Amino acid sequence: MRHIISILIENESGALSRVSGLFSARGYNIESLTVAPTEDPSLSRMTLVTSGSDEIIEQITKQLNKLIDVVKLIDLAESAHIERELMLVKIKTNHDTREEVKRMVDIFRGKIIDVTPHSFVVEMTGQPNKLDAFIHGFEEGCIIEVVRSGPTGISRGEKGLHL
Amino acid sequence: MELSGGHILVQCLKDEGVEFIFGYPGGSVLHIYDAIFHQDEVKHILVRHEQGATHSADAYARATGKPGVVLVTSGPGATNAVTGIATAYMDSIPMVIISGQVPSPVIGSDAFQEVDTVGITRPCVKHNFLVKDVNDLAETIKKAFYVATTGRPGPVLVDVPKDITDPNIKVPYKYPKKVSMRSYNPVVTGHKGQIKRAVEMLLTAQRPIIYSGGGVILGEGHKELTELTQLLGYPITNTLMGLGGYPATDKQFIGMLGMHGTYEANLAMHESDVILAVGARFDDRVTGKLTEFCPYAKIIHIDVDPASISKTVKVDVPIVGEVKPVLEQMIELVKDSKIKPSKAALESWWKLIQSWRDVNCLEYDRNSSIIKPQYVVEQLYQVTKGDAYITSDVGQHQMYAAQYYHFDKPRRWINSGGLGTMGFGLPAAIGVKLAFPDADVACITGEASIQMCIQELSTALQYNAPVKIINLNNRYMGMVRQWQEFSYQSRYSQSYMDTIPDFVKLAEAYGHVGIQVEKPEDVRGALEHAFSLKDRTVFLDFLTDRTENVYPMIEAGKGHHDMKLRVAPGTPVDRELS
Repeated sequence: MRHIISILIENESGALSRVSGLFSARGYNIESLTVAPTEDPSLSRMTLVTSGSDEIIEQITKQLNKLIDVVKLIDLAESAHIERELMLVKIKTNHDTREEVKRMVDIFRGKIIDVTPHSFVVEMTGQPNKLDAFIHGFEEGCIIEVVRSGPTGISRGEKGLHL
Repeated sequence: MELSGGHILVQCLKDEGVEFIFGYPGGSVLHIYDAIFHQDEVKHILVRHEQGATHSADAYARATGKPGVVLVTSGPGATNAVTGIATAYMDSIPMVIISGQVPSPVIGSDAFQEVDTVGITRPCVKHNFLVKDVNDLAETIKKAFYVATTGRPGPVLVDVPKDITDPNIKVPYKYPKKVSMRSYNPVVTGHKGQIKRAVEMLLTAQRPIIYSGGGVILGEGHKELTELTQLLGYPITNTLMGLGGYPATDKQFIGMLGMHGTYEANLAMHESDVILAVGARFDDRVTGKLTEFCPYAKIIHIDVDPASISKTVKVDVPIVGEVKPVLEQMIELVKDSKIKPSKAALESWWKLIQSWRDVNCLEYDRNSSIIKPQYVVEQLYQVTKGDAYITSDVGQHQMYAAQYYHFDKPRRWINSGGLGTMGFGLPAAIGVKLAFPDADVACITGEASIQMCIQELSTALQYNAPVKIINLNNRYMGMVRQWQEFSYQSRYSQSYMDTIPDFVKLAEAYGHVGIQVEKPEDVRGALEHAFSLKDRTVFLDFLTDRTENVYPMIEAGKGHHDMKLRVAPGTPVDRELS
């Protein structure tokens, strides 16, 4: 099953490699990993998407907690949460297809943020499956480049992951 | 007080109460060595190879309970130390390793003797630090000792770039009394409700067993473990790392369990209905085939490391906490409980165990005209009255030591259980002897293992650490040869050494006493003579039976009930019992 593990970690050099090294050393898989400092610059927030049986996820969370730099973590998949991913897509356009692409972007509530005579760059956020659906909406060869941030998430309600 | 980084480092070690640093100098640590030169409170032990430094420091920690300290230079100094760091990591040994690093401005430029020490050691340390500012040095050292010695202990490395120890840069020095880290809060006491559940489960068991490991030694819980075990009257087995956690000569002790454990210990595990696992981690050498592991048992597991619980074997009652306080609570609850262990059930359980004991699985040919390695260990046990510190290398001799030297006290059995590092024994013996100069220290080894760190014979002489080397020389890498005999139709691929040195001359060349023993009748006398030479390191080279195997054995991938036993003493055919 897919799990989204959200980690508060000391914003120290090498902290990221402690996490990624743990996954490779123990043979766990990482589907995606995003990391950036929080409002407290001494802390980073990491969102890690992984999958595995309940036993494996239990081990992953225990092993992560064991890392000295990890302050706190939660498995977002265990409760109600919101998940978003940012995607930037470069799409081939020409005189005939521009309108159609623009309509698609509107349907998916994306934004066109760069325009050239032969391309658009589209910015879109949403659940990963929405982004997939947008991509699949184009015929092969239309898409020049896709850049995705990997999902990041937050729990619903007033409780938060903080110190 | 204003000090340079080098002096700060040494002062930190003094303030931490460090007795010995095991190390080897080099370019990046010269400022630190100069600071060492200016004092004599912290004694520096100059080893002959950095691996030796780590093993000596590691064994010092195992024997004393205090953290071992290592100092090595950058590059090859650090990489040579890695094997010893990984050894300590696998067995959860508190150790602080200080490694020199090239000056901060040239880090990343492939400078002379530069290696990414923090990167290389990351998977085999509990934590590591790179010091970036001399003002952080003292606090970082304090944190290193704090992390190394608390929770589940382990090695912590501090990488110190050369410019941090620059003698011309002086900063105020203050060694913090305490440090706290928001991201590191090890659990001490266990969950009360879980402990209560565990005690109820234990008291209502029909075929209970206590299975304890290295955590009892590390967590100083041997007294409590002994009290609880004797209060309950249940059988107890120890892992390789847990030997000495419960007195081996006590009648409730049924031997070591696992791959080369006793018949009674493994079968008792297999048939048990409740297992109390204390500071043990269900290692694959203990469990054998996981799907056949203890099929009838409910499992209670006490461990300070939550990640050790339900890692390989799912447990029923997990208790996260230090073994000592948890066992104390259990003792209280057992004493106060209205439920008492069923006498009838316990009686028939012990009867069954006795029938397994009667198989006498550790019996061997005592009439052999060739020296049996088991005999040497038995004689060593008698000559040292079971009170020596025994270090070992890795292989058959390690198993014989574990099986035939009965450890009644904790911290007496010093071996590389987790990583299985050949070369550990001799530097380990030196580390122990320095800690306890008046104690008998013996290194049980083989002619293959001893050659991996033999250069430390020189260290033993320089620092007057007279140890006794018990070399069980069978002219084979015995354990490899045994596996090749069992699993590869005796194709002894590369497990034989054609040119074994003359160990007597070698010992003499290093300034020690060397004795070769060829006949069983000379074993006792040689051992007595060796131990009578109190101030000399003695290398006893016993030429032992080349074909001897370690029994019992659970071959890889088999369950506890599926053991290979020796038939009768001296009979070359193996008997399969199931």
